[in-house]
Amino acid sequence: MALLEIENLSVTFGALRAVDGLDLSIDEGEVLGIVGESGSGKSVTMLAVMGLIGFPGIVKANAVRFNGAELMHLDRRARRNMTGKDIAMIFQEPMTSLNPCFTVGFQITETLKVHEGGSRSARRARALELLAQVGIPDPERRLNSFPHQLSGGMNQRVMIAMAISCRPQLLIADEPTTALDVTIQAQILQLLLGLQREYGMALVLITHDMGVVAETAQRVSVMYAGQLVEERAAAELFASPSHPYTHALLGALPERGRDRARLPTIPGVVPGLYDRPPGCLFNPRCTSARPDCAERVPPLETTHQGRVRCFYPLQASKTGV
Amino acid sequence: MLRFVLTRLGILIPTFIGVTLLTFAMIRLIPGDPVELLVGERGLDPVRHAQLRAEMGLDRPLLEQYWHYISGVFQGDLGKSIVTKQPVVEEFFTLFPATVELSVCAMLFAVALGIPAGILAAARRGSVFDHSVMGAALTGYSMPIFWWGLLLIILFSGILGWTPVSGRISLLYFFEPVTGFMLIDSWLSGEPGAFTSAVRHLILPTVVLGTIPLAVIARQTRSAMLEVLHEDYVRTARAKGLAPLRVIGLHALRNALIPVITVIGLQVGVLFSGAVLTETIFSWPGIGKWIIDSIHRRDYPSVQGGILLIATTVIIVNLLVDLLYGLINPRIRHQR
Ligand SMILES: Nc1ncnc2c1ncn2[C@@H]1O[C@H](COP(=O)(O)OP(=O)(O)OP(=O)(O)O)[C@@H](O)[C@H]1O
Ligand SMILES: [Mg+2]
Repeated sequence: MALLEIENLSVTFGALRAVDGLDLSIDEGEVLGIVGESGSGKSVTMLAVMGLIGFPGIVKANAVRFNGAELMHLDRRARRNMTGKDIAMIFQEPMTSLNPCFTVGFQITETLKVHEGGSRSARRARALELLAQVGIPDPERRLNSFPHQLSGGMNQRVMIAMAISCRPQLLIADEPTTALDVTIQAQILQLLLGLQREYGMALVLITHDMGVVAETAQRVSVMYAGQLVEERAAAELFASPSHPYTHALLGALPERGRDRARLPTIPGVVPGLYDRPPGCLFNPRCTSARPDCAERVPPLETTHQGRVRCFYPLQASKTGV
Repeated sequence: MLRFVLTRLGILIPTFIGVTLLTFAMIRLIPGDPVELLVGERGLDPVRHAQLRAEMGLDRPLLEQYWHYISGVFQGDLGKSIVTKQPVVEEFFTLFPATVELSVCAMLFAVALGIPAGILAAARRGSVFDHSVMGAALTGYSMPIFWWGLLLIILFSGILGWTPVSGRISLLYFFEPVTGFMLIDSWLSGEPGAFTSAVRHLILPTVVLGTIPLAVIARQTRSAMLEVLHEDYVRTARAKGLAPLRVIGLHALRNALIPVITVIGLQVGVLFSGAVLTETIFSWPGIGKWIIDSIHRRDYPSVQGGILLIATTVIIVNLLVDLLYGLINPRIRHQR
């Protein structure tokens, strides 16, 4: 059974459809990569799962099931009891994601206190254990540090410690390495994957970086303008992308573009509020678009390999980039 | 930290000189001299007048008078009142507790109402509550103290008869001051009803004096909260599954308080200037009323000394506020 199942999720901010009829599922212990350009709705989707979309955002869905429980029907309190405990999330900016007025120790033990209770000393011991586990040297001292006294990488480790403190079944990492030095990025990714295996938790990794996905994810969902456009096992997707958008994203990968003078980028931008094209949302930027792509909206087709939203998916033979 | 305190104390000296110069010059710019006002309307023959002026040292060149005054100040001598012949410092500290009592109550009133109102307005941004609070704050801020005081007196003392019009306590009660703070003294006196009477006398002046700080604090709290509520760490706090009360009341508020504390510190000066008017309206026997009376009598030493001591108090309070600021904001604490 899937751990998290999302059916027909939409998130709107006024007239803007940030997420548009999204279906997504993730199994226990799985690593799912979510990729897509800026503004394609990756963060908003996961914030909706966390129940963190506030005014003026409106979340609608046929179902958001976690462990079989329908999240959309839970009252706020029951939902909160799950947030941060069974489903946890870490963010892009470690330096600003921790509260500057409280010590690292306070912020970690607070999560434990809210969800697990226990004695003060037990919480402290667990916090020490967590800090050691995420690779923070001298945890005793770090417990009393404030976020501004630590580096970005260290703060992200603290965020991770906080997120895994209640042994969640699902960890959502929203571009966890984007704001970090290149040398630190790999360490943080290794840490996340190590913890994922150790705790047997499912991991959703949101990223712009196809290279990161290639190294970590078992399955990949590609989002474009709030919609899922392709979803497949990682290896297959990288070998032969079906959707022209995926193909273009892979073309933007540095290794593949090695011999070119400049990194290829996809011309144009993700459609926003006022420039949503008729038909397939990607058609104005698509190199393989045909006239009818601008007339009809392609449905999300399930094939034996996965799912793809395109009338004319690329054939395996055609895709040697 | 020590260096910080020392530099701040160092600012005291130029401020001192500035304040003494200003008050010295301004009080002398007002027409009339102490002798005329002491004698009254009947007038005095010019010879006797000149003699009295000479006794007070007012016949000396201004520069010499100032030098005499300022050298006294640096020896801790603020001179004697021309009217009562009492040392200015002594008079000041007899009346000071009344002003402190009023100011502290006004500030507590402003903080106790302003911070929660600002938080709620921010949390329910755009609601009827938000608009009412901000409208009331704007009105309160622009309301002239005199007018506002009279309005409240007419309503609560005149029409409703709930509160007394003037003074610190009913004339029925008499006891020796112990601390100078009427709330404490009336409590200590053990006389039945004394404490209640003191409280009833305090209510209107407190509200009148606290209105402007209340408006400023409410607005500042709201805007600081609104800013902070968009911060990433507030999202993190929500992502931890914390209850909204804890997210807003602890994680957001702690950060929002940093600018609010600064504003509270700045309001101390506003409070003292407001006290002058408020004390006059309510015949509150404090420093504000004393300075006004001294100006009317051209009691130069009292005016100069009183304003200098008030300025010193404001500077010291602001220094304390800055220290508090460091305590609440760890980023500052570790810098120095
Ligand atoms: N609170 C909000 N109010 C209004 N619009 C929002 C809000 N949050 C997100 N959006 C809009 O929703 C759309 C999707 O945003 P989202 O943050 O999910 O993109 P993303 O795929 O995570 O992009 P990035 O890679 O830059 O993080 C964007 O157009 C964004 O402007
Ligand atoms: Mg994002």
